[in-house]
Amino acid sequence: MRLSYPPNVKIVKVPCTGRVDIIHVMKAFENGADGVYLVGCLEGDCHFLVGNVRARRRVEYVKRLLDECGVGGDRVAMYNMSSAEGQRFAEAAREVTEKIRGLGPNPAKSAKS
Amino acid sequence: MIVANRKPFEEIIGMLKPYARILLLGCNECVTVCATGGAKEVAVLASEIRLFRAKEGVPAEIKEVTLERNCDPEYVETLKPFIDDCDVILSMACGCGIQFVGEHYRNRIVLPAVDTTFDGVTEQHGVWAERCQGCGNCVLDRTLGICPVTRCAKSIFNGPCGGSQGGVCEVNKDAPCAWQLIVDRYKEMGMLDRYLEIQPIKDWSTSRDGGPRKRIREDLKI
Repeated sequence: MRLSYPPNVKIVKVPCTGRVDIIHVMKAFENGADGVYLVGCLEGDCHFLVGNVRARRRVEYVKRLLDECGVGGDRVAMYNMSSAEGQRFAEAAREVTEKIRGLGPNPAKSAKS
Repeated sequence: MIVANRKPFEEIIGMLKPYARILLLGCNECVTVCATGGAKEVAVLASEIRLFRAKEGVPAEIKEVTLERNCDPEYVETLKPFIDDCDVILSMACGCGIQFVGEHYRNRIVLPAVDTTFDGVTEQHGVWAERCQGCGNCVLDRTLGICPVTRCAKSIFNGPCGGSQGGVCEVNKDAPCAWQLIVDRYKEMGMLDRYLEIQPIKDWSTSRDGGPRKRIREDLKI
């Protein structure tokens, strides 16, 4: 397919989005990420039955935490797609990058530097 | 287990304002089970505080420690090496733990990061509900395992009040009427005649009305 997507997106591989915990997302922000998004399988297609549904709920929870501490919940998102949707993956990467660019850098990071 | 809720972040951050070095304390017992103040929740709150303080340009140094229990001296004493390096202790343990740690380290203030709410059970993953008020005079034999003290908003003893509608309490649409539950249970066990027994006035002196309570077993004292 040779699709390109923004080089600023760093991929962290997990066996299932159900593995992603709240603290993982929080740590990403502490370590300077400007945004985090989860890409899970299509709902109903989870190999572990509900891993992606749990991930979505955790994303909602993290949004609240990030709003509370002033980083902003808009910096987190969840996408669902099948592993055959390369086009969609590249699209999501562009969409998130543009959105985060609009929001500006992670405020916790900019205050530090 | 003792169930607690985390305090609103704004309240926590307000309490922490004068302090730079924070000992964030969790507990491996009840507050871990109700997902309020275990090691995981300590890590998440620490992260939130660090992000907030970094954003404000007033960084916080946070030491995360989770004790096996905060209500037993042998565990509370293990905090000693961390006390000198902190300005304040922020505790995610229940109200008992918060006070007990404060009693041990009198040169430090212990701030509560949670509101301790009730003694309850896990009805389902993520749902906790109250079951006991510790009245000190259990009546569960007479009510076949359903506590009218805790589960009835009025803690009444001889059948439901007029606010019981369709098996639901008028105080809260999500709360079943305790006396409906008790009567249903009597029927289920073929013991409806027990419902006719008039319960005498309850002695509340064993409950909070008698002041703070203490239990002593001389044979266990060291």
